[in-house]
Amino acid sequence: MEILRVEKISLRLEGRQVLKDLSFSVEGGTIHSLLGPNAAGKSSLAYCLMGCCDYLPQSGKIYFLGKDITTLPLDERARMGLTLAWQEPARFEGLTVKDYIAVGMKNKDSEQTEKALYQVLLEPKNYLNRIIDKTLSGGERKRIELAAVLAMKPKLAILDEPDSGIDILALDNIVEMIKGLREEGTTILLITHREEVAQIADRTSLICSGFVVKEGTPQEVGRYFKEKCIPCPTRVYPAEEDEIEEVK
Amino acid sequence: MIQDYAYMLGAYKQAGGEPSVFKDSKIAHLVIHKNRVIGKHSVQGLILEPRETSSGVDINLKIERGTKIENPVHLCFGILPKEGIQEINIKAKIEDGAQLKLLAHCVFPNAIKVVHRMEADIEIGDNAYYEYNEVHFHGEDGGIEVVPRARVNVGKNSHFATNFSLLNGRVGVFDLDYEVRIQENSSLAMTTKIYGYGEDRIKIREAGWLDGASSRGLIKSRIAVRDKAISEIINELTAAAPEARGHVDCLEVIQGMAQAKAIPIVNVTNELARVTHEAAIGRVDKKQVQTLMARGLSEEEAIDLVVNGMLR
Repeated sequence: MEILRVEKISLRLEGRQVLKDLSFSVEGGTIHSLLGPNAAGKSSLAYCLMGCCDYLPQSGKIYFLGKDITTLPLDERARMGLTLAWQEPARFEGLTVKDYIAVGMKNKDSEQTEKALYQVLLEPKNYLNRIIDKTLSGGERKRIELAAVLAMKPKLAILDEPDSGIDILALDNIVEMIKGLREEGTTILLITHREEVAQIADRTSLICSGFVVKEGTPQEVGRYFKEKCIPCPTRVYPAEEDEIEEVK
Repeated sequence: MIQDYAYMLGAYKQAGGEPSVFKDSKIAHLVIHKNRVIGKHSVQGLILEPRETSSGVDINLKIERGTKIENPVHLCFGILPKEGIQEINIKAKIEDGAQLKLLAHCVFPNAIKVVHRMEADIEIGDNAYYEYNEVHFHGEDGGIEVVPRARVNVGKNSHFATNFSLLNGRVGVFDLDYEVRIQENSSLAMTTKIYGYGEDRIKIREAGWLDGASSRGLIKSRIAVRDKAISEIINELTAAAPEARGHVDCLEVIQGMAQAKAIPIVNVTNELARVTHEAAIGRVDKKQVQTLMARGLSEEEAIDLVVNGMLR
């Protein structure tokens, strides 16, 4: 069953076309990867789906659980079960890891908080009372962000580059965590620029210059990405009409 | 007087204090209502001499050489009626090697026309430790003027710290001015946290002089203002000796029609010294708010969490 459907959304930011008639859908209970080079519009799409301010599409529709959420406020989307793990998580002076993780939990269960930290390979007793500020490294904040999503148990989690800033040794753990999240009933929209990370998905959409270039199995799309995208000269949006035609 | 004492302890509890400390013989305390001393207890090594005046209380406080006061000394100052003036003048001497931690609660729960002034002259010797924590609890009328002043001299190898917070109730008019000078290998840390709203007026000047070699200083302010509240923060740090190091850190968050001004002054007069500063004023960070909203909080709840975290 389809959990998310995006129909021809277009987004302009500061006069630049970031997304152009972008469409794709995500099946419930799956991992759907959104693969694309840097500056393809992946994070902008994530903010657009989440309903972040300034990211209201100029045209097109977003359906979540069959409901049109195109203009729904961010927090209402979250309360419907949609969330986003940010590529670069925010810092919060004075807010402890424990309290931050608890924000999205329906039942503020300390065991669940600890379990989420274990799942991202952080020892709870060393982290629960730490403050989410500059005393934590980027990698630690990233894991805490993922732990917060795990503890929230959303229906659909958008994970924006979950592997960035995390050491290579922990990548397998992150992959396992994403799979575990799916097993607990969360659908994943996995945003990445790394073809090997996209391989853990059930289905992949390749995004470039603000629109979906190809969809298919991760293997099919991965092949296409290696053959066509990697050799392609760096493409930076905005993609103007003629460039989009050229890519197509 | 007994009734005043009971009311003061009630307000003290509302301010976050634990009234049972006033029954503990190991813990020194001083309770002052307007210009009357209504509770006092000292411990060995601590000289605590309050003297009532027409408008407040003069306090002589002394810790003798090498004396370490184990438990924090609890102070409770306040005015319970709607109107009144309280002038507290403190002369404190912390002799060489002495250690003292003070925890003051200032309570003005019903203030409509209240003035609370404090003048402190503090002398801290060598190898000493002095920490002053002050928590204010005000009512919702905003009819209060708080004017704390302190002049502090710190000797060698000593530590001086103040932590001031006014997070409960209207600030009213607040005008703080602290000046601290420290000598060789000593450190100072001054932190102020205030949440202003309505038509509150907040003015803070905290100035530190790192006069001794290898001295250290940190001045930190965390201010949140909303509605029509106005704040002006002057953080001033001067390093005048080799290897002196200092940092000024001011963060002000504004909402609504509030206004905030930060004036960090860093002054270095020795080529081997270094002082840094950071100051930020603005509305609550959009990304922080959106991150919390993506977990299901409303915008108001998210802003509250961010601001309360900052002021924690």
